[in-house]
Amino acid sequence: MSKDEFDADAIAESMLAYLGLPDETGYRPGIIFHLTSARGIAAGLLALPMDDETEPAPVFKP
Amino acid sequence: MTDWTTATGEAIAKAVRAGTVSASTVIDTCLSKIEVHDKAIGAFTFVAHKRARARAAELDALIVRGEDPGPLAGVPFAVKNLFDVKGIATLAGSKINRDLAPASKDAVLIERLEAEGAILVGALNMGEYAYDFTGENYHDGPSRNPHAREHMTGGSSGGSGAAAAAGFVPLTLGSDTNGSIRVPASLCGLFGLKPTYGRLSRSGSFPFVASLDHLGPLARSVSDLALSYNAMTGADPTDPVCTDRTDPPVALNPASSLDGLRIAKAGGYFEEGGHAEAFDAVAKICAALEVSETRDVENAALARASAYLITMAEGASLHLDRLKTRHADFDPDVRDRLLAGTMIPGAWVTKAQKFRALFRTQMQALFEEVDVLIAPAPPCVAPLIGQKTFVLDGKELPVRPNLGVFTQPISFIGLPVVSVPVWLEGSKLPIGVQIITAPWREDIALRVAAWLEANSHVSAPAAKLEETAE
Repeated sequence: MSKDEFDADAIAESMLAYLGLPDETGYRPGIIFHLTSARGIAAGLLALPMDDETEPAPVFKP
Repeated sequence: MTDWTTATGEAIAKAVRAGTVSASTVIDTCLSKIEVHDKAIGAFTFVAHKRARARAAELDALIVRGEDPGPLAGVPFAVKNLFDVKGIATLAGSKINRDLAPASKDAVLIERLEAEGAILVGALNMGEYAYDFTGENYHDGPSRNPHAREHMTGGSSGGSGAAAAAGFVPLTLGSDTNGSIRVPASLCGLFGLKPTYGRLSRSGSFPFVASLDHLGPLARSVSDLALSYNAMTGADPTDPVCTDRTDPPVALNPASSLDGLRIAKAGGYFEEGGHAEAFDAVAKICAALEVSETRDVENAALARASAYLITMAEGASLHLDRLKTRHADFDPDVRDRLLAGTMIPGAWVTKAQKFRALFRTQMQALFEEVDVLIAPAPPCVAPLIGQKTFVLDGKELPVRPNLGVFTQPISFIGLPVVSVPVWLEGSKLPIGVQIITAPWREDIALRVAAWLEANSHVSAPAAKLEETAE
């Protein structure tokens, strides 16, 4: 498996267990679809170089 | 004889204040129309007959006593059912929330509108937990587009679009996290205002994505957006995001000229990935405004991606416990997106939030050089109810997440937008165009929208329900 490939079904199975979420057969195709979509959508952002000093947008003001 | 159900809120308030019509008559007419027509539209999930009539009677008594009933006197309005309405559970479009205790008080924005004389007549249908662009509710059924009932309203503020476009009320409130005011306003042929992030208090509304949630009005006239906006602004310590800025009220009838405004068309990302009507509508508005310059909005696709990821993760975080205990009670489409959202890596979300800061800086620089950007709102006119996919630039994509492809990058950094309704020649369905300005410059977006309305380039007529009756 190359670095751009992943097994969404296996991720779903293990993460549902990790998080204590329901693992119903009927839910799995939708979860896999959205996990795969998100990975595709995230790709450009993840490839963007970013300075270590870049601050996230929400700023907590005590 | 005036049909008060298709009048603007401004006209109603003027008539009520002058004693030409009583608030009770306006409300009775409005409630009758809802009673007759809403079964076919699906806008309301709760109609506040008793409360609205009592409030109207109070206002009428106040007027008889010679007291000032307020600038929104007698204006009926309704709210997306994620706003707290005293005495009923705040559904947020869900089955699960029907088990909540009734709200003990109204949302802040309802209080502020009623303090100026407006009258709440009910709560409106919406996509479950606002994770939706279609206006199709799994539990209550879809809200239907009053201009063509086989078509979507858009969402998630679907009932807010339907109620104003049907002429049930002149003014509705919705929420907009990624486009949920602008999409239904566009597909239902309304004006919609998504203010600057933090401008209007969200206190007393059911949240979705705290980083991106906004509230705002939809209406059939720009003056009603302005009137309601002025009534709703102001600091609120109960919403930590709400600004304490004290900008002056926006003008209800702004100057007839747009001289001095630097207006550009949004280029690049905003010129592809939609149907022809989306770009034809932008061209029509740009021609009306004599816009000759196009400014490329770099990184808009990354902005959309970042908003998408933040939404998945924060939405999933909000609903994590309900996903464990009430998973069978969710809309299946929403549930599966939320379950996938629980698995988004924290590193991705943090990077998306960092990119939000970078994109804000980039757009602030752009707004040093222009005052207004013109961009499409939805990528197409209203799809058919039940339609699951559409084709954008040759790619078949799901409708539900992609109706917001052009709105999502803008709300990502909280820029104020007025969505204006365009009726292209020969089309039975409207489509919206975004008038986008720098942070805190709602006044400019409303000024441009008012100019377009005054010069008949955009309009938001109430649908003729008799003609569309089944």
